[in-house]
Amino acid sequence: MRKILLMGNPNVGKSVIFSRLTGVQVIASNYPGTTVEFTKGYMRLGDEKVEIIDVPGTYSLEPTSRAEEVAVEMLKEGDIIIDVVDATNLERNLNLTLQLLKTNKPIIVALNIIDEAKHTGISIDIEKLEEILGVPVVPTCAITAEGIKKLVSRINDAKKGEYDYEEEERWHEIGNIIGSVQKITHRHHRFIERLGDASIKPGTGIPIALILLFALFWIIRFIGENLIAYVFEPIFEKLWAPLMMKLSQIMGSGGFLHDILIGKLVDGEIDFMESFGVLTTGLFVPFAAVLPYVFAFYFVLSFLEDSGYLPRLGVLVDNVMHRLGLHGLSIIPMMLGLGCNVPGAMATRILETRRERFIGMTLMAIAVPCMAQLAMIVGLVGRSGVSGLMLVFGTLFIVWLSLGIIMNLFLKGESPEIFTEIPAYRIPYFGALFKKLWMRVKGFLKEAVPFVILGVLIVNILYALHIIDFIARITAPIVMKVFGLPSEAIAALVVGFLRKDVAVGMLVPLNLSLKQLVIASVVLAMYFPCVATFAVMVRELGIKDMLKSVLIMIIATLIVGGILNLILR
Amino acid sequence: MRGKDLTEVEINRKVTVVEIHGGHRMKRRLETLGIRTGCEIQKVSSHILRGPVIVRIGNTRAAIGYGMAKKIIVE
Repeated sequence: MRKILLMGNPNVGKSVIFSRLTGVQVIASNYPGTTVEFTKGYMRLGDEKVEIIDVPGTYSLEPTSRAEEVAVEMLKEGDIIIDVVDATNLERNLNLTLQLLKTNKPIIVALNIIDEAKHTGISIDIEKLEEILGVPVVPTCAITAEGIKKLVSRINDAKKGEYDYEEEERWHEIGNIIGSVQKITHRHHRFIERLGDASIKPGTGIPIALILLFALFWIIRFIGENLIAYVFEPIFEKLWAPLMMKLSQIMGSGGFLHDILIGKLVDGEIDFMESFGVLTTGLFVPFAAVLPYVFAFYFVLSFLEDSGYLPRLGVLVDNVMHRLGLHGLSIIPMMLGLGCNVPGAMATRILETRRERFIGMTLMAIAVPCMAQLAMIVGLVGRSGVSGLMLVFGTLFIVWLSLGIIMNLFLKGESPEIFTEIPAYRIPYFGALFKKLWMRVKGFLKEAVPFVILGVLIVNILYALHIIDFIARITAPIVMKVFGLPSEAIAALVVGFLRKDVAVGMLVPLNLSLKQLVIASVVLAMYFPCVATFAVMVRELGIKDMLKSVLIMIIATLIVGGILNLILR
Repeated sequence: MRGKDLTEVEINRKVTVVEIHGGHRMKRRLETLGIRTGCEIQKVSSHILRGPVIVRIGNTRAAIGYGMAKKIIVE
């Protein structure tokens, strides 16, 4: 099967074109480096079935980050290259185009974002460009699907470029091409551009960032809490609970199978947080406690991603991140990590060095809890007021900062400086935004929910076989003396390997004091990543560095948990 | 306006890059966004405490770390 590669600079819309061509949905956002791994899809080209590959963006064929390395490695495999070019930044994009022309692969150019180019007064003589480059050039606007059909119909016209030039003269050549094909008629400053500049100047940018983040936090909580209170809890309490009570009666209100499916009855009733049956807590935790927050968070994150704000936030926090051995752009993996650490760890591929990626992933695994865990912590600790929550998040933030500073001091090597394109602001296209939101929610339902149910099942089995009691006995000295937690809390630490939200849920029946709740939440967040994150980190870091990272996690947890136990009342 | 580095340039001023003090790797990195000797760039803003410098090259806006900006000589 022939392989067709979508290549181009970061953030030119390759992933949107990919979705248009193959019908396969992939995450697309408005910042360079959304795609860090290639995605494959298929489409029909006449009678032939071809493979389309969405390749991470790269500025040149000499890679400067892991994501770019992936792109350059892929190049060898392609039979045809669709070079996606941003029409609003033709000069810079042609740099890669000219390099691609020298690879002797058949090429077709998709001149994307042509609508915005026209809008800002850039006109490009497409026929002339085609003539100069010697390969087909098709104007497209992927978001609205304009030009996509034309692009498909001309894929077979792709040919090897005849354009030849001296390597040293590349920019000079580009200048010549631009001079003869591009005309800029007028440029009016739009309101959105002025806003763009304001949000990146320190005087106005920092207040804007603070207000924005606070507002977003509030929106997440608002959406999350209301979905729980008015939609999901009523469904469970009014519809599901009576059904489960009937089932419980049929099964004789007790027994092994009853305890696994329904769990323990609390005062003769089902308590969705405490019963811990597969059909009660096992469904309530993912759907009613976690899903509303996951939905709310991804709604806000998708909006941030598509607007183009994230790289600007990166610039504003660059200073702080430097002290942690990272640079500003690493705020993007951290934000993604707040949703789920797995895509967060993957996103560290936009960073240039191994050292940065090690620090980034370790910090994330230790001090950036995912939304599933956060939602449970908010539900559990938040019951006794805001102060407990402030303590949990304040502690994690301090750990994040100080651990980063320590790693930056002791790890060998230096971290490079920020150097990034800042994309134009775009008003998020709501169709695309909701598609993305749905993809992520679907991802959560498909990948997380089965593990939550499995987690609850395993908890029951471990209890039934007295394995938890056994582990509790051997680890009691640490859990009780260092952390000041009852030995039953160890069960949560065991299950935390699998799913942290279930682990937090296991603390509910223990009747912990506020101090113990705070310590348990912090320890659960820090001590070890969940199995999914662990697997990705092993793959990205290798076994040796992962062991190092795990060692840091465990030591940090012992120290922080111990200190909290000593100083909190 | 001779021999200034990018961090010393006033905001909103258009300047031409005359020299880049840096290794091949850094030059290559800068080049990916079109920053090279002879090109015209406009400084948009800079950040306190040695924060990044924001510039505009053609239609592209870029953030450059302070240390890197120090090595870009303009006039």
